Amino acid sequence: MVGLVLPRLVSFEGAPRRSASVAERNLAALKSAYWLVLISGFLEPVLYLFSIGIGVGALVGDLTLPGGRVVSYAGFVAPAMLASSAMTGALAETTFNFFGKMKYMKLYDGIIATPVQPFEIALGELGWAMIRGSLYSAAFLVVMVGMDLTSVGRAATAFPAAVLVGFAFGALGMAVATFMRSWQDFDLMGSAQFTLFLFSGTFVPAEAYPAVLRWVVELTPLYRSVHLIRGISVGATGWSWLLDVAYLLVLTGVGLLVASRRMGRLLYK
Amino acid sequence: MTTAQPLIQARGLVKRFGDFTAVDGIDVEVRPGEAFGFLGPNGAGKSSTMRMVGCISPPSGGELRILGMDPVRDGPAIRARLGVCPQLDNLDPELTVRENLTTYARYFGIPRRVARERAAELLDFVQLTERADSKVEPLSGGMKRRLTIARALVNNPEIVLLDEPTTGLDPQARHLVWERLFRLKQQGVTLVLTTHYMDEAEQLCDRLVVMDGGRIVAEGSPRALIEQHSTREVVELRFAADSQEAFAGKLDGLGERVEVLPDRILLYVADGDAAVAEVTALGLVPASVLVRRSSLEDVFLHLTGRTLVD
Repeated sequence: MVGLVLPRLVSFEGAPRRSASVAERNLAALKSAYWLVLISGFLEPVLYLFSIGIGVGALVGDLTLPGGRVVSYAGFVAPAMLASSAMTGALAETTFNFFGKMKYMKLYDGIIATPVQPFEIALGELGWAMIRGSLYSAAFLVVMVGMDLTSVGRAATAFPAAVLVGFAFGALGMAVATFMRSWQDFDLMGSAQFTLFLFSGTFVPAEAYPAVLRWVVELTPLYRSVHLIRGISVGATGWSWLLDVAYLLVLTGVGLLVASRRMGRLLYK
Repeated sequence: MTTAQPLIQARGLVKRFGDFTAVDGIDVEVRPGEAFGFLGPNGAGKSSTMRMVGCISPPSGGELRILGMDPVRDGPAIRARLGVCPQLDNLDPELTVRENLTTYARYFGIPRRVARERAAELLDFVQLTERADSKVEPLSGGMKRRLTIARALVNNPEIVLLDEPTTGLDPQARHLVWERLFRLKQQGVTLVLTTHYMDEAEQLCDRLVVMDGGRIVAEGSPRALIEQHSTREVVELRFAADSQEAFAGKLDGLGERVEVLPDRILLYVADGDAAVAEVTALGLVPASVLVRRSSLEDVFLHLTGRTLVD
């Protein structure tokens, strides 16, 4: 029986708790089909690593990095695959899934009728996306260590870097998703994502590009991510990683801000 | 909270979407424990009003206080004490019936254990216990509605907002929903609902406003509205096709008002049987005669017109 004798069941612990409740919802929705999606997201970068890193690597031989350090081609490609898989995992969750939940499942229309606010939804969804992204990254790092492409210590340092990459792309993806009008718009995003994947110093050092193009490439988020993780993975010295970290932190903040603002405008009609 | 203070108070409340004014300066007061209705045709501004009261749509003008707070500034605090059943069910299709309730409870910060107990109680209340582990999608419209109502109660709200709670339901499902809402009302929960079903308004509402074109055109209890805007009884006369207009002329001055419709003539009178006697005395022989009590529908159609609004 629904009685009024029950105490008021509401607490005001604030934003972190409310964001967590949004992530918790995703955990409840986790069903068997989702595991297939999860596995495919992990397999993709591993397949790239085997086919290009090792296959093409056998033809390319070793590479000399700008610092003078010599690495195997697989050792060069692997950190880039880690960065791009962190990107892909985060984007999949925050663009496709987020858009579907907002536009078609009308999930957030139900949630905003509770004390949960758009910024908390955005934070909760991003946090959830990060759990998924981190799983990919951790698994991939295990593969890298297993193939002797990096050391355990460096892998442990690369892991939080990969999580940061996920946060940045997740926030960016969520902001972009609020501008999407229909599923067709995702084709554009897919093209952009693939272009980044090919030209962000992933398979070829950015130094190989003409000067102008190289500057453009160095401004893109995936390049900064690859630069950061590759630096850690091959044991580069110097402070240029600070720029990468700052770049990714700013991207995360701006992405979250834009996403929650846009959500507020779309939902509070 | 003192009982004298209204739970919802609107003065000159306005909602605009671009050039379109959906709600055009309405004054409303809802008191604790009452069942208050917004009655009106489609596009009258009922849902826009409900969304503003639900703190998910900022007012474009006027004043609005809910539970003594400002909906724009104190949105989360107000929403924590409201239960909302929107016009279109927005249940979570990826969760089961039970999970829809427990997950929703978590958005309010209700501890997991309490959420599970509460979900079980509410499933029982809306008679969905047997479907607890089913997904939402295969449920019938009536079941989904009941689940949405249960979800609106998960935080033990002080005010429950119901936007067209029974639209699209079959008669059995409607009656079940009414019965459950009536029980809530008996427990002292304040209900605010919109509807275009007259019987729903008559059954559930202590007080209601009739909205048309974003404005309030009448206000009062269902009984008072009928007394004020209609007569005690209505006589419906049907004549053979084509002859309607001819007869209508002869009925002038009979009762308070004569309304000629394409298929019948309505006489608004105090005493139906007496009016039928007068019609017969005039030598008119209708094909059929129906004497009935005046209903909210008569008031509604009188106030908002018979033109179809989409």
